[in-house]
Amino acid sequence: MSEVQYQSAKTVKEAVKMMQAAKGKGYILAGGTDLLVQMKSGARTPGVIVDVKKIPEMVTVTEKNGAFTIGAATPAAVLGENKKLRKAWPGVIEACNLIGSTQVQGRASAGGNLCNASPAADSVPALVAAGCIVNVAGPNGKRAVPVEKFCIGPGKTSLKTGEIVVSLTLPKRPKGSSDAYLRLIPRTEMDIAVVGVGVSLTMKGGTVTDARVGLGAVAPTVLLVENAAKALIGSKLDDAALDAAADACSAACRPIDDKRGTIKYRTKIAGVLLKRSALIARDRINGVEHRGHRPV
Amino acid sequence: MSHQEHRPNTEGKYKWIGTRPDRPDGADKVTGRARFGADFNLPGQLIGKVLRSPHAHAVIKSIDTSKALALSGVKAVITAKDFPDQPNLIVPTGEMQVNMRDITRNIMAREKALYEGHPVAAVAAVSEAVAKQALALIKVDYKVLPHVIDVAEAMKPGAPILHDHLLTEGASPPATKPSNIAKRIEFKKGDAKAGFAQAEVVIEKDYTTQAVHQGYIEPHATLASAAEDGQIQVWSTTQGHFQVRGFCARLLGVDTSQIRVTPTEIGGGFGGKTVVYLEPLAMRLSQKTGKPVKMTMAREDVFRASGPAPGGNVKVKIGAMKDGRIVAAECIVEMQAGAFPGSPVGPACMCSFACYDIENVYIEGFDVVSNRPKVAAYRAPGAPISAWAVESTMDILAQRLDMDPIDLRLKNAAKAGTKTAYGVTFNTIGMVETLQAVKDSEHYKSPVKPGWGRGVAAGFWFNIGADSSAASHVGEDGSVTVISGNPDIGGSRASLALMAAEELGVDYNKVRPIIADTASIGFNFVTGGSRVTFATGLAVVNSVRDMIRELKVRAAKIWKIDPEAVIWENGMAKPAGNQVGTFEPLSLADLAAQAGRTGGPINGHAQLNVTGAGPGFGVHCVDLKVDDDTGCVTVGRYTAAQDVGTAIHPSYVEGQLQGGAVQGVGWALNEEYIYNAQGKLENPGFLDYRMPVASDLPKIETILVEVPNPQHPYGVRGVGEVPIVPPIAAVGNAIARATGVRMVDLPMSPPRLSAALDAARPRRMAAE
Amino acid sequence: MAKIHVNTTINGAPTEFLCDANQTLLDVLRDNLGLTGSKEGCGSGDCGACSVTVNGRLVCSCLVLAPEAQGMKIETIEGMAQGDKLHPLQKKFVEMAALQCGICTPGFLIASKALLEKYPNPTEDEVRYWLAGNLCRCTGYDKIVTAVLDVAADMRGSAR
Repeated sequence: MSEVQYQSAKTVKEAVKMMQAAKGKGYILAGGTDLLVQMKSGARTPGVIVDVKKIPEMVTVTEKNGAFTIGAATPAAVLGENKKLRKAWPGVIEACNLIGSTQVQGRASAGGNLCNASPAADSVPALVAAGCIVNVAGPNGKRAVPVEKFCIGPGKTSLKTGEIVVSLTLPKRPKGSSDAYLRLIPRTEMDIAVVGVGVSLTMKGGTVTDARVGLGAVAPTVLLVENAAKALIGSKLDDAALDAAADACSAACRPIDDKRGTIKYRTKIAGVLLKRSALIARDRINGVEHRGHRPV
Repeated sequence: MSHQEHRPNTEGKYKWIGTRPDRPDGADKVTGRARFGADFNLPGQLIGKVLRSPHAHAVIKSIDTSKALALSGVKAVITAKDFPDQPNLIVPTGEMQVNMRDITRNIMAREKALYEGHPVAAVAAVSEAVAKQALALIKVDYKVLPHVIDVAEAMKPGAPILHDHLLTEGASPPATKPSNIAKRIEFKKGDAKAGFAQAEVVIEKDYTTQAVHQGYIEPHATLASAAEDGQIQVWSTTQGHFQVRGFCARLLGVDTSQIRVTPTEIGGGFGGKTVVYLEPLAMRLSQKTGKPVKMTMAREDVFRASGPAPGGNVKVKIGAMKDGRIVAAECIVEMQAGAFPGSPVGPACMCSFACYDIENVYIEGFDVVSNRPKVAAYRAPGAPISAWAVESTMDILAQRLDMDPIDLRLKNAAKAGTKTAYGVTFNTIGMVETLQAVKDSEHYKSPVKPGWGRGVAAGFWFNIGADSSAASHVGEDGSVTVISGNPDIGGSRASLALMAAEELGVDYNKVRPIIADTASIGFNFVTGGSRVTFATGLAVVNSVRDMIRELKVRAAKIWKIDPEAVIWENGMAKPAGNQVGTFEPLSLADLAAQAGRTGGPINGHAQLNVTGAGPGFGVHCVDLKVDDDTGCVTVGRYTAAQDVGTAIHPSYVEGQLQGGAVQGVGWALNEEYIYNAQGKLENPGFLDYRMPVASDLPKIETILVEVPNPQHPYGVRGVGEVPIVPPIAAVGNAIARATGVRMVDLPMSPPRLSAALDAARPRRMAAE
Repeated sequence: MAKIHVNTTINGAPTEFLCDANQTLLDVLRDNLGLTGSKEGCGSGDCGACSVTVNGRLVCSCLVLAPEAQGMKIETIEGMAQGDKLHPLQKKFVEMAALQCGICTPGFLIASKALLEKYPNPTEDEVRYWLAGNLCRCTGYDKIVTAVLDVAADMRGSAR
């Protein structure tokens, strides 16, 4: 006996219809690695589960004029296997590839990670740094949302009833650009980020010409830290600039004391990781390989 | 070299012992065929579920089950009223002791709920979904009481009292008012006060540890089927099916002979499956419904309401002369018992200084109840807690005296003839040999990498013997079945079969070890205390010897000579010498083929209360580095050495050392029970209760030091528990040596370590 | 609510079952189909004991809804040995004592097989990170990692 319905959509339009009909009791099933756990614990009680993995555009990656569009339900493992995407956005991909275990990677998606709206989501700080655009479809058509505006609180997104996230677009990379993501966890794997920092840089002649910084697990939503970016832009990533950017990250923190970390610790680590991520991004621009945290 | 064996005493001595054959249950366990607790089902079974207290401490004013009972598909609801109350009676379970009055209250809260997750009712229904619905319909009227989680808080006057009848046992003067201190114990040797007065160096330090869970991957599960005539069959994942039978017979008020418990394969226990939780509930529900009832715990139930191992506060004081000779030692342990008395504070106290020969010792311990789940045994219960404190203090002493930490320990090492503070005088032990093995190891001789730290610590555990039964049968073709009654938790079938093959002189593959249910073999105490290969192994050896005696009688009958004139060699009966006559040797198969004509089936039996367990000593060495900015620790190299008696199946002995070491590393770095202000557990899952994963660790190198136990025919010592004793301090000592910062609170997690590093930064910078 | 009818392939055999919308693949394997080799250690994707592959991709079956199995190819521990022949990983795990209690073993074997299919020549670090989603509380992982590296070397040797 089960009060829940399972529906599998073949097109975005169909999925939107199903979600609209569910009247707020609908949940999108992408990888399910959060949804199933929440259903088990009783934290979420869907009336209708809409599986979107049979919708081709939601599980594929396309490239157009240097911009990548990632189907929202594409498993992280599939993203990691996409060499071109990985080359263009190593930080975004390493962040996606830190969501859970190898097993979870086989299912979990960037779209799901975003829609779960956890402030500690691994992919989101990297997506924020990347300037990702969220492509939303709904009963009233399509809209595009900057990723940093998408979540409005822990577990809460700006999606309206019937709306779904179809894909994520990463903009074309100017020459001399790269990114990096680092998180702090007590173990080496299988943990929720205590702090996560994504940094995207563009450099010319050793000077930063553009930068974006995303900061996770230190506030109700993932933050775009513009002051940190400002501190980096125009610098050669010297100690003074890194210190200033790190201080900006620490200053942006509005964390809580919880079982995963203290306010003091999180505030400090935000700065530490900013510096380390920025230097990895710079190395990557200079052609120095960084495999990221997970070797496989 | 990652695994070394020091075996001067056994090299070339045995044919089978010391070899590494495939375990008899290997194929079953790599194909999914092996059946664990939750893999058993019966036709028509109901699903049982437990309603648990949401409060840390509350009076249960009333329980209304009527709505749940009225739900379609619900077959029974039980509460504490369905169990007779129990007397104030202490019974042993593994290395811990439990009180029947407390057990019946732990399996089902009676007057009060004493911790979050404490069972208050249980239902049996046609499906899990219906059972869950029914739980939501049970109305419990609680009066919430103030709670206390921390041991130090619980000991304070004015703390919320858990048990109104609890007067501190061993208090002086005798206690007159109830408190949360269940017991005070004391061990004395020499005159500690005089010892400290004479000491040239005295180190004193306070330490704390948090509760940790055994962390077995298989949740508790049971299936019970009660028949109308009163007979009950039970399948359970347990370390001791005879204990399940014994406890449940008392809890339900039936004869043990009415209950037949079959142990399933067991997915880890580490001491945590030596007690009962679900079994009596499933049995009672089955009695009430006349149907089989299956019950399993969800992972969060496992964390909230089973185990854990206690946390505690330890004060240590060690006094030494400048040459490193320790002249006085003191240790005071306050230990969490959980909601009912019975923490392993006794063993913690007894083990604290057992590695060393010290003239003047004072040890005091307190068993303290608080609103946490009742603690259960966990691998060398209690010992890791006191060892963490003592071995950290030893390291401080070594630093103060500018002595090599192994040399300091060698100077004070316990040896044969050393009298412990708890009164026992050691027989042949291997503390010195184990220290020396580490000192001589390639690891210890290698230079410490710049920026890294190397820590060393030692540990001790008694090991136990206790009751075991075994039987051996010869099949009609001469192959052999060996039957015992201890669940195989880590390869004991292989070690028992190896000893039987050695004793009998037949091929290992001709011996099939079987683990029998409670009705099919005599009593066996739990799989615990590192006793199975030692004590049940001895029972197996004796049962085989009993069978050999019979085999000799049969050969004598065939040869028409005196049985005394027959010897058993290499799997054959032979005449003792030429003077008794010339006969072709008779193999096991020959004798089995003629058994019908010589007296019928050929079997052997043994039943023993085994004493003479050889204590074990371990010395661990770890190299690690600390990320100065984040407090994250990377363990780079780890060596565990231990006096293992005789390694019957060395691979599984190494496995015990490796597994125990890694549990200890987890305890040291990240594992802890985290309670919120309401007394609720914040991290009841594997995500936030952080046990080590494969990428957290390097290879765990082992050194098996064979110092045979003179009180076992093959020199066996228990090996399973010692390995969890040294690692916590080894890690802490390495951190201290890498960073100059001495950690005294567990776990040494990144936030905590980072804070300590930051606090010490001015001092550290000044030192540079 | 009516049960959902699902057609799938399990260990090469066409299989159909009826399930509820919120049942997990693990529940169906264990309770409906009697394939109890996949274990439930946590039910939240944190221990890996329920590892299976779905269309060749390693997943936790406790995090897959049973209706999603429609049209998929699922491999479980019960399909790993071929007839009476153990897979080299299974054989090596027994030989090298890479298991103690054995509850995590099916999950480790399925995950290790998926690893070697994708990375036939893994480093020790790669093995450890790939297997980080599989918890083992008994062995300290040492013998498991060694066994997987050994099998990888053997398989490369015999492929030559």
